[in-house]
Amino acid sequence: MSCHNPIENMSIPKDTKKIVLAGNPNVGKSVFFNALTGIYVDVSNFPGTTVDISMGKYKDSVVMDTPGVYGVSSFNDEERVARDVILFADVILNVVDAVHLERDLFLTQQIIDMGIPMVIALNMMDEVKRNGLKIDIKKLSEKLGVEVIPTTAVKKEGFEEIKAALDRAKSGNSIPKVKDLMTQVIDYVDVEAEALLVVEEDENVLKRHDLENNYGKREQIYKLRRDRVDKVVEEVISETNEGASFKTKLGRWMLSPITGIPILFIALFITYQLIGVFVAQTVVGITEEVIMGQYYYDFVMGILTNFVSETSFVGKLLIGEFGILTMAPVYLFGLLLPLVAGFYFILSIMEDSGYLPRIAALVDRLLTFFGLNGRAIIPIILGFGCVTMATITTRLLGSKRERFIATMLLGLAIPCSAQLGVIAGLIAPLGAKMFLLYAITIFIVFVLTGTILNKIMPGESTDLLIDLPPIRVPILKNVLKKTYLKSKAFIFEAGPLFVLGAIIITIMDHTGVLTMISDALAPVTVGFLKLPKETAQTFIMGIIRRDFGAAGLSTLVQQGLLNPLQTVVSLVAITLFVPCIAAIMVIFKERSWQESALIWIGSFIISFLTAGILAQIVL
Amino acid sequence: MTLDLIGKGQKLEIVHIPDSSIRAQAIRLGIYEGARLTCSEKLPAGPVILQNRMQEIAIGRNLAKKIAIKSIA
Repeated sequence: MSCHNPIENMSIPKDTKKIVLAGNPNVGKSVFFNALTGIYVDVSNFPGTTVDISMGKYKDSVVMDTPGVYGVSSFNDEERVARDVILFADVILNVVDAVHLERDLFLTQQIIDMGIPMVIALNMMDEVKRNGLKIDIKKLSEKLGVEVIPTTAVKKEGFEEIKAALDRAKSGNSIPKVKDLMTQVIDYVDVEAEALLVVEEDENVLKRHDLENNYGKREQIYKLRRDRVDKVVEEVISETNEGASFKTKLGRWMLSPITGIPILFIALFITYQLIGVFVAQTVVGITEEVIMGQYYYDFVMGILTNFVSETSFVGKLLIGEFGILTMAPVYLFGLLLPLVAGFYFILSIMEDSGYLPRIAALVDRLLTFFGLNGRAIIPIILGFGCVTMATITTRLLGSKRERFIATMLLGLAIPCSAQLGVIAGLIAPLGAKMFLLYAITIFIVFVLTGTILNKIMPGESTDLLIDLPPIRVPILKNVLKKTYLKSKAFIFEAGPLFVLGAIIITIMDHTGVLTMISDALAPVTVGFLKLPKETAQTFIMGIIRRDFGAAGLSTLVQQGLLNPLQTVVSLVAITLFVPCIAAIMVIFKERSWQESALIWIGSFIISFLTAGILAQIVL
Repeated sequence: MTLDLIGKGQKLEIVHIPDSSIRAQAIRLGIYEGARLTCSEKLPAGPVILQNRMQEIAIGRNLAKKIAIKSIA
């Protein structure tokens, strides 16, 4: 093929047949993937993105999984990846949710129009019956011109038939008018499938071939396709009764505020119990303190102290307080990894059960005050786990403006789980009044910052437009796989940045810059914040690791240097403060350096200003 | 009238969607000019939920204000 094929970098032998799984989100693609490939699976990051592609072997072919999409185009990262994998497929196994034919067949027809041989797995056949639907499968197959195999993936029904049908895959009945349009541009592209995307005005494919957008007929083609799909659906589906099952009702309850808000609180409480209590305290207690803090630490020190002195510069760099072989891995694997995995586990359950889009719809109105839409709830929830990974997920937001607002709010006002633990420990003994003072201050800052940013930021935010999938019981295997993939991606993203951070801090410490900043801050600390001079040191520590700062404060409290009100003031400063070094580095990686600097310096100013004002009022 | 004015349980037909990028994304979910749908839920000052058979789609209130519809029996 040509240099335009992005999946060529993915180390697949040239003549190997590529079977690609395609389908809408949550239709059960992964179950088919697992059934076809067994255990010979290779998961790799798609070039230039954080989207993971699973690859495995089936007989002599390579099987590739794609992210769930509603169509082949370039509206987001997932779609761009799915598009490139689908474009260069030899056979497509299109997994279709039988209950949502009018949604899913749009993608099906689009792939048919590309001319790629295909087999359809008509999945969720068990739900078809339960919902009082009847589908004429034979007719559907005739209309589309490809084989349609009824399946129920969770019960492994229909897998053998799918395997047999893959060898008989053929290209289906494309829309004649679309085909005509494609022949006009076929000479400019490498494969037939690309011709479709050229006439559908796909910017990336146009760019790849240095084409102008002169063939643009996207709307016309989409309309033709929609008409055709609706007509097919009309002919093959008959409803036997109105089946409002319990799941449908539950879905409604989750949306309607009167029932939805209590359900959300219950869900958040369970999340807190699992992540904030079980993982953050019990699991991390073992992984950070015992496994990494003792066994790993002793192991590394035991070896390295033979070669370098702990007090030399190289020694500090490798195994010092902020060393790349000591602090970085202990923090990354002992503390962050369990928290991140825990959060992704919960998030995957919410995603796969169909609850997440309903939360997004429920809070949409609230978030529009901050120039965000309901989807931004995902990074915000994640932020309470770890701001670093939450910053990465701001990618799913629709515009640059929203990504900036969300990142700023995350960096500023969302305390991560590492911090929450220490903050809770410090504030609990001081009583409810002090807790309220703290919580209300943070809340006001969050609301004010969001509202002001929404007012002053140029541009427009995108509106909510999301599919609400049916409520389902998630499949544990898929949830675990997703958790694993996302946690791994996180470690690969944040890990190197964290090592870099460790290096910077060691150098600052070694050269005395750390103490210098601490001393320079003293007038602010003592004069404006009315705190003892020693607190400045903990602020610096707070940049390195958010909970370091808070932990430093507990030492000061134990020494009797902070009274309850001073404790609250310093906790406010620490919370609003710039996020930890890993988060800062991820922000710099995700946003432009101007935006990042603005977020960084902005949160500095806001945190000291807020803490200062609070100090002037209460102290 | 616009989509934000529809009541829960009412049927409607989409008349016009102004933004071309929204049009392209919405059509894939079955929302397009001429589509006949039901408003299955309406959150107070929040998104309007449209339903077509088993398919449900949430549309933010601001976007709903821009979508022209007509109410049908």
